[in-house]
Amino acid sequence: MAIVSFQQVSKRYAAGLEALRSISFSVDPGEMVFITGHSGAGKTTLLKLIAAIERPSQGTVLVGGQNVSAMRATAIPHLRRKLGLVFQGQKLLYDRSVFDNVMLPLIVTGQPYREATRRARAALDKVGLLDREKANPVTLSGGEQQRLCIARAVVNRPAMLLADEPTASLDAAYASEIMDMFSAFNQVGVTVLLATHDLRMVEKWGARTLTLDHGKVK
Amino acid sequence: MRAWLQHHRISLVKTVARLLASPFSTLLNVLAIGVALALPVGAFFLLGNLETMSQQVSVEPQLSVFLSANAAKSDIADIASRIKGSTGVLSARFVSRDDAIAELKRVAGMEDVIATLRRNPLPDAFVVTLSTRDSAVVDRLEREFKSLPKVAHVQGDSLWARRLDALLHLGRTAIVLLSIVICVALVAVTFNTIRLQILTQQEEIEVCCLVGATRAYIQRPFLYLGSLLGVLGGCVALAIVLATARILNSDLAQLATLYGADLQLRLPEVSHIVFVFGACTSLGWLGAYWSVSRHLLVFERR
Repeated sequence: MAIVSFQQVSKRYAAGLEALRSISFSVDPGEMVFITGHSGAGKTTLLKLIAAIERPSQGTVLVGGQNVSAMRATAIPHLRRKLGLVFQGQKLLYDRSVFDNVMLPLIVTGQPYREATRRARAALDKVGLLDREKANPVTLSGGEQQRLCIARAVVNRPAMLLADEPTASLDAAYASEIMDMFSAFNQVGVTVLLATHDLRMVEKWGARTLTLDHGKVK
Repeated sequence: MRAWLQHHRISLVKTVARLLASPFSTLLNVLAIGVALALPVGAFFLLGNLETMSQQVSVEPQLSVFLSANAAKSDIADIASRIKGSTGVLSARFVSRDDAIAELKRVAGMEDVIATLRRNPLPDAFVVTLSTRDSAVVDRLEREFKSLPKVAHVQGDSLWARRLDALLHLGRTAIVLLSIVICVALVAVTFNTIRLQILTQQEEIEVCCLVGATRAYIQRPFLYLGSLLGVLGGCVALAIVLATARILNSDLAQLATLYGADLQLRLPEVSHIVFVFGACTSLGWLGAYWSVSRHLLVFERR
């Protein structure tokens, strides 16, 4: 069974902008998929529909067999706990340490403190930031901040990772480092959906590609 | 269950830390709430004191029955038996015109005045003590006595007590209205405080939403904050009332020695204090809940 399935999904914004036009596709568990297209093609909207940050205007979005488009507000947090989100604009909290940023999803889901600490350290170790756990995120470089976002996304061991332009504004060396990480998570069975307009990345990693053009799948 | 308790503890600790992080604005907020609350709490407490005092002062209800000047001895005996036979009468004391003038002479300065009179102008009278303060019974007896032969006039001595009762009733209504207004103000103050707090924590709320925080999780610290503001406001209000009562009591003590009476403001009862705290907490919570449910809609999916 597909982990993500879009059936004739459209998304129109109030201003009359049509971000997605009747698109259909599905993603199998454990797949790694690049979503590409020019800026404004609807990549971000597509990811937001999966995470129930936005609601489709038409059509059905299924995630793990659940109909997200008809989901009650109280069920959404439980859906999001199964997802790891790495979104643009990073949304790191600068009023607390690197460690506390990674702890947040664990506290939110009510993990016992001792177990949570262990997991947060493991996640930081995976992205190579364990020695910076007491630092404030503001002191990290762009690449390190992106890695911190990834640590926060994977700390709850999600079944699927959604990343929106994770390598934008990073130089080539940092970018491929980040891509290596996503690839490593994919190797251990995590489904990865990655939106990017960087075609060199797509070529280099050679995964399945979904190309959007003005809100349609090409 | 343990995770839930753990989160409640974390929320509470965080809320207290947040209040302490900006002590000055917290203090001003709490003062605003406390001073506003002190008004109805103080008024309520003062009224309670007036009520107990009024109960101490107004003893049994009495009617004075004055006879006409031409009432003979036989009439008096007749009236006495009629009065004593009425239901609702506890006792009746006869005060003859001679006794009345003698009593009046004992009042300082009256002797000279009475000496100028050619004859005793006072009538014979009965002082009737009633068994009830019920105004219907008092009115009935008043009419009944008035209709007796040779009775000139019936005076209700309890009228002033009834006037006081009516005044106290008016005071109570005014306090209830004042309390409602103040309660609305308290809800409004917490509503706005929580709104500002939500604005400063917008980023954190957004991130929590994205990592799967439930609505209850996000609301909880704000509800704690609202309740805590209410409790602290209640503390300030009670402190103001108690301090005021102390100051007034020392003045009252002087007044009391002049009147030879025991006048003292009694402090509010424990049950009343508990009620005030309960009300403050609930109102703070209500303001916070209202604010949170309005302002968190922003983070719900579009």
